[in-house]
Amino acid sequence: MSLGPYATFIVTSYLAVFVVVVLMIGWIVMDYRRQRRRLNALESEGITRRSTRATTEKT
Amino acid sequence: MTLIDLANPTRFLTFTARLLPWLMAATAILLAVGLYQSAMAPDDYQQGATVKIMFIHVPNAWLSMFVWGVMSLAALGTLVWRHPLADVAAKAAAPIGAAFTFLALVTGSLWGRPMWGTYWEWDARLTSVLILFLMYLGLIALWRAVEDPSRAARAAAVLTLVGAINLPIIKFSVDWWNTLHQPASVMRMGGPTLDRAFLMPLLVMAIAFSFLFITLHLAAMRNEILRRRVRAMQMVQVQAGKPRA
Repeated sequence: MSLGPYATFIVTSYLAVFVVVVLMIGWIVMDYRRQRRRLNALESEGITRRSTRATTEKT
Repeated sequence: MTLIDLANPTRFLTFTARLLPWLMAATAILLAVGLYQSAMAPDDYQQGATVKIMFIHVPNAWLSMFVWGVMSLAALGTLVWRHPLADVAAKAAAPIGAAFTFLALVTGSLWGRPMWGTYWEWDARLTSVLILFLMYLGLIALWRAVEDPSRAARAAAVLTLVGAINLPIIKFSVDWWNTLHQPASVMRMGGPTLDRAFLMPLLVMAIAFSFLFITLHLAAMRNEILRRRVRAMQMVQVQAGKPRA
């Protein structure tokens, strides 16, 4: 596969897409871990949401 | 599980946990097939090998508008039906839409330099897409500026619906004005003008990027639901007089 005289433009385009997509995936994964960690820390302190408490109190 | 069941964030999280691995696998397979077809596509008689940039530029450009369309539907959900997940969906989609728009602009510029002789031209299509990108950034800034999600939701929904006016302007800019950007060659009356050798990799890449969006969007929605739960619990913690975690 020869990319001809404009290979730099083609490779840079695909690299840009690759980098941005990887950054997006990384950001979403890191954010998920951060929210899970914060949620677990709050739950371990015995904090519950109002909706959870209301459900528990009803039952 | 019916569609209405998904209105409950807890059920939505269960549904997302089950669906995400399948979506990730489908996206990876589609991207692999699309990239292979793009690599194997012949050179265009005018563009040469730079036609390969089209296989990533066009899907990103389509998605830049499609994501705003999704956000506009979500905005209606916030304003009209007050759907509990509508603002979550819109807020989660905005950074992904901004990324696709950014990539459409960058790959378009990298194609424009060898083909048009310039990276940028203030023509109607390029300028309207740049405005779309700035609108995405404005919306993200708005959500970040207002701490209470329910207060930010309505303002963001109104701004999203006003911004939707830009979508037909982007789509028809090449017909309404004399632009350097070429007119539509796939989504047009009378069918695509592209040869099958270019149309197939383009469509596979478009489907692959659409799956990528759905996967990232569901994952980002899941994160947003968790963030709002953390916020609600922190408020309970503050009211109980305990120090914030």
